[in-house]
Amino acid sequence: MAKKRITRRQFVAGTMASTAVIGMPYVSSAQSAGKLAVGLWDHWVPGANDASKKVIDAWAAKNKVEVTVDYIPSQGNKNLLTIAAEAQAKAGHDIIAMPTWWPHAQSDLVEPMNDIMGELIKKLGNVNGTSEYLGKLGDKWLAVPATIGSQLKGPCSRIDLMKQHAGIDIQALYPAGGPPKADSWNFDTFLKAAEACHKGGKAFGIGLGETSDSVDTAGAFMQSFGAALVDAKGNITVKSDAVRQWLEYSVKLAKFFPADAPAWDDASNNKWLVAGNGALIMNPPSAWAVAKRDAPQIAEQCWTHGFPQGAKGRFAPFLPYFWAVWGFSKNKSAAKQLLVAMSEPDAIASFVAASGGYDIPNFDKMTTLPTWANEGPPKGTLYHYPNPHNHQTLSITAAPAPPKIAQQIYVQATPTKMITRHLQGESMEKTLAWAESEVEGFLR
Amino acid sequence: MADATVNAVTTQAKRARPAPRSRLRKFFERKSTIAFFMALPLILLIFTLVIYPAFYAIYLTTLNKRMTATAWMKNCTYLPDWICTYIPFGNLQFLLTRETFWMVFWQSCLFAISAVIFKALIGFVVSHFVHNVPSKGQRKWRGMLLVPWVIPAAMSTLAWQWLFDPSYSAFNWILAQFDIERVSWTGVAHWARFSVILVNVWIGAPFFMIMYLAALKSVPDQLYEAAEIDGANWWQRIWYVTLPMMRNIIAITALFSTIVTFANFDIVRILTAGGPLDRTHLFATWSFRLGIEGGDIPLGATVSLFMVPILAVAAAFILRDVTRRGNEA
Repeated sequence: MAKKRITRRQFVAGTMASTAVIGMPYVSSAQSAGKLAVGLWDHWVPGANDASKKVIDAWAAKNKVEVTVDYIPSQGNKNLLTIAAEAQAKAGHDIIAMPTWWPHAQSDLVEPMNDIMGELIKKLGNVNGTSEYLGKLGDKWLAVPATIGSQLKGPCSRIDLMKQHAGIDIQALYPAGGPPKADSWNFDTFLKAAEACHKGGKAFGIGLGETSDSVDTAGAFMQSFGAALVDAKGNITVKSDAVRQWLEYSVKLAKFFPADAPAWDDASNNKWLVAGNGALIMNPPSAWAVAKRDAPQIAEQCWTHGFPQGAKGRFAPFLPYFWAVWGFSKNKSAAKQLLVAMSEPDAIASFVAASGGYDIPNFDKMTTLPTWANEGPPKGTLYHYPNPHNHQTLSITAAPAPPKIAQQIYVQATPTKMITRHLQGESMEKTLAWAESEVEGFLR
Repeated sequence: MADATVNAVTTQAKRARPAPRSRLRKFFERKSTIAFFMALPLILLIFTLVIYPAFYAIYLTTLNKRMTATAWMKNCTYLPDWICTYIPFGNLQFLLTRETFWMVFWQSCLFAISAVIFKALIGFVVSHFVHNVPSKGQRKWRGMLLVPWVIPAAMSTLAWQWLFDPSYSAFNWILAQFDIERVSWTGVAHWARFSVILVNVWIGAPFFMIMYLAALKSVPDQLYEAAEIDGANWWQRIWYVTLPMMRNIIAITALFSTIVTFANFDIVRILTAGGPLDRTHLFATWSFRLGIEGGDIPLGATVSLFMVPILAVAAAFILRDVTRRGNEA
């Protein structure tokens, strides 16, 4: 049997054709097909998942792609377990929703998103600094900042109690529909208000536990002092003057927190507000939404607004979610196309509306949607929630340390532990020495 | 003709003799082979869900934080560099230098040992009470006392969480009725430790009770009668009859419970999440914090496997002792 020999020309032509097919961008057409598995965060707001399903289904029908969507809850860290398992197995969803630190933690395994991020930034405006810090490694975009799940944990004050106990008209400082007039809303005012409300039996509901809400607040205060435990270059800066000033202020403030604040978790502050126990909590509007359902008379008195001004600025904790495409996905181009569709202005507006204003887009031009202005009661209560006037710097605890180190500081709740240790009588130097030793371990 | 007859007889004899069985058939007919094949599904299940993950976890402990290379040890004090730098336990070496690790080690020992002691004591006392209940009503008591053990631990811990809630504790409400100052059950280290141990004892004591009850029922009445005739009092009957007869059950129950209690996760995770200030973390919860929440899977795996050799040695000693006593009997 004679063997058929391949000529040089045939070989070159074959190689070029197969390279072109493999590298060909995804082109939507009637013939386009394939499968996509998407793992999204399971939204706690009833009905919010329907909005994303609608956008995905419309895109799938138009592009003839078979898309399956799994909504993965964050309760019990199910989403983190899924990410870890898929990273180990190198199999699973094509697109996966990753909270805060996870694009960096999985940076070796995710597909770069530079090609679509350029297009999205052009259309939707710049990405806020925190999303860029968490979503970008050098010049490489690791994931697309997602609207669904991204949140800001600013103060939510009781209008009546702040007036009654601290003499502060929070609506005058943060008027609905207009820019903030909050120059007087600074750390001194905040401390005095905390003391006054504590004396009045309506303490600020701020926790000192090891969960996200407590850590986010402590971190925002730290940044407002210009303090950091590790700088952007990875140097330990625990024993700096700024850290000392922050710790001193935080302990003064923490004396006016509830006595059991070190045991608080992410539900404690919500319960504090809904039960009518306190004048202020630091939370996205989820607590207000629960109050609207369970204690409407309290919801009517809630006003979400900005952080107080510190010596080095006004920082507010922002926790973005991201949509990442795994490097092992077999349909990357379709996955990216779907992410572009999910980042269209109409899609973003529908996600924000479905979440009752909880979700915040990460792009500049998308923070003035009508949902926040219209939500109530009282009407306009969420107007300042997405930081529409760039009144404060969005930040995350432990920034600007390199994200893989910052993640350890955040997860181990080093800032709140420092406050608690010093609050419970440990000397400042001892607390700083302990923190320095902890951070040394995170640098390994 | 005679030859033909002989041949015919030989052929008949050959036909009458059963055909020799093949070796393969013999192998499949052996009882041990049948037993092996019947147990094979379980063996495969154990291999997939226990042995493979265990070896994979050991492999993970040898990797660096990014899981891209081996975590070799370095700068060992007790070993020359040419040996030290070829030992892949860099994660373990790092852990041993951490203050929090030793705190978690101490807490795990405190949690496991104190919880097992209390579970054993309560189980022993309650099993005697139940044993002395007339047989007619004993079933109901046994059933009721097993309830804490039967309810999924996560569910009952959620109920305890409500009782210990930082702001709305039901216990504090009761204390307030008697003008007693409220207790920060999960906010202060010693109370938080007390709370997690209490919940573990509440869940685990019925297991001890039922095991001890079974052991008590197997002690022959004649021994007690003989002891009574000899003038033994209540304490002597317990010390010289009951305890020696229950020794094996007590040892095995304590061993299994110690292993399970050391590996406890759900109670601490739900009740305190390791706080305040990491003062209630156990190996499992701290491993989860480091590995899953902190994204350092090799370090988390190292924490979770730290107790394996220690518990294995303890288990070997206890089981050897139990076997020896079994042989003596």
